Amino acid sequence: MAYVHHTSEKLKQFFIEIGELSYFAIRYFKEFLKPPWEFKELLRQCYHMGNRSLVLVGVTGFIIGLVLTLQSRPTLMEFGAVSWMPNMVGISIVREIGPVITALICAGRIASGIGAELGSMRVTEQIDAMEVSGTNPFKYLVVTRITATTLMLPLLVIFGDMVALYGSALVENLKGDVSFQLYFNTVFDALEFGDLIPATVKSFFFGFTIGLVGCYKGYYSKKGTAGVGVAANTAVVTASLLLFVVDFIAVFVSDIFYDL
Amino acid sequence: MIYDMDEQHNIAKQKMSKNKLEAVIEIRDLRKSFGDNHVLNGFSMTLYKGENLVVMGKSGSGKSVMIKCLVGLMLADSGFLAVMGKEIKTLDRKTLDALRSDIGFLFQGSALYDSMTVRENLEFPLRRHKEKLGNIKDTLPLVHEALENVGLAHTMDLMPSELSGGMKRRVALARTLILKPKIILYDEPTSGLDPITSKEIIQLMRNIQKMYGTSSLIITHDVDCARVISERMVLLVDGVNYAEGTFDELSKSTDPKVEAFFKK
Repeated sequence: MAYVHHTSEKLKQFFIEIGELSYFAIRYFKEFLKPPWEFKELLRQCYHMGNRSLVLVGVTGFIIGLVLTLQSRPTLMEFGAVSWMPNMVGISIVREIGPVITALICAGRIASGIGAELGSMRVTEQIDAMEVSGTNPFKYLVVTRITATTLMLPLLVIFGDMVALYGSALVENLKGDVSFQLYFNTVFDALEFGDLIPATVKSFFFGFTIGLVGCYKGYYSKKGTAGVGVAANTAVVTASLLLFVVDFIAVFVSDIFYDL
Repeated sequence: MIYDMDEQHNIAKQKMSKNKLEAVIEIRDLRKSFGDNHVLNGFSMTLYKGENLVVMGKSGSGKSVMIKCLVGLMLADSGFLAVMGKEIKTLDRKTLDALRSDIGFLFQGSALYDSMTVRENLEFPLRRHKEKLGNIKDTLPLVHEALENVGLAHTMDLMPSELSGGMKRRVALARTLILKPKIILYDEPTSGLDPITSKEIIQLMRNIQKMYGTSSLIITHDVDCARVISERMVLLVDGVNYAEGTFDELSKSTDPKVEAFFKK
């Protein structure tokens, strides 16, 4: 009986959280459309989230391209299909691996950062101080951060994809004597709009999800320093889980439109 | 010594000069609960123009909740709350923001924005209230003046993390002063500070009141702070205005609940 009660309480809490998160998202759109707009802060956030994630996304992308090619090579060789390597790597990176891996890295770096920053601002009454000074803290802190992640993630995904393809081309160049020009020509021949557009569109949704969850967890973090840690941690876990849900929906929808 | 409220107001009014008779903050029958925890159970008080009113209460007695309700940071469950004649719960966001520019709020932990320099911290409130100061273009002289008044003009380009606790409190005070407020709400202004720094902050608060002619509502449980700065005191016990009077009157009380505040 106690187990049933516990489970129903957990379920109730889960649905309350979903409801609150949805309300938070609606509030974002409402505040986003209303002036005054915080352009300066938005640019600052874009710089922080975009520019400062470049190295991490670049290194990860490069290694993924490298490893994917190294591990696929023996199997493709076995079937005499090694010339299909650029096509296979290009499509899998652009369609799925690039966006998902970049989003997961950003969930770890950006969502936890936002959660911790806003959580600590809540605990130290900085958000209250902002409100008292006549600035809408939701607009200044939340709208700018969610917009910045939504705009920056697709750019990071494109950058990550390019570096990953470069890593793959490097392996092919060293191991298979394939020139960089031939490699990239083959990749671009294999790619279609049906690969690029859904991947880019879902990156916007990934960015929105990361910003939304990070801000929600931080903005409503419970009082106390322990709450800051919890906000950062749950922001990463929730954002990562939601990314897969968003990815599933995106693939499902793009399957209807592009007949993948 | 439980004072009759009307009698108390009359005594206080008689003590104050004519220009102080105008009520700038009025709270009547304020109630606020968090679940089953009834923090405020019908709290009432009035702050008159130009006076320093100290509200004392134990930790967790609802002092901070009360002043947060005053500036709209928290919603009261019921009761009447008015600042400069405007009832808080009836105000829309724009009017409330305009009213807030007349209220300075010194937070318990200073609440300086970590990611901004001292100068940016002081400029922040000006973003939305420039018209109040005549649509000024160059904010530097204002920032300099506010910092000068708290003796920290040299810290303009420092980050909050580079300041000591006392310096942070002074900068926070300068930030509240930059909009030239008519009322300043102090939430535990000396908490977490050493006795010498506390004295400096109290002295600074007195100087500011003289310089800017503000009305001050000071929330504290520091008896020394209350003795030096208060013109009138309110004791918040069990969520109500338990006793009211001057420091001398209350410190001589034989009521056990009042005595408890003044025991060393």
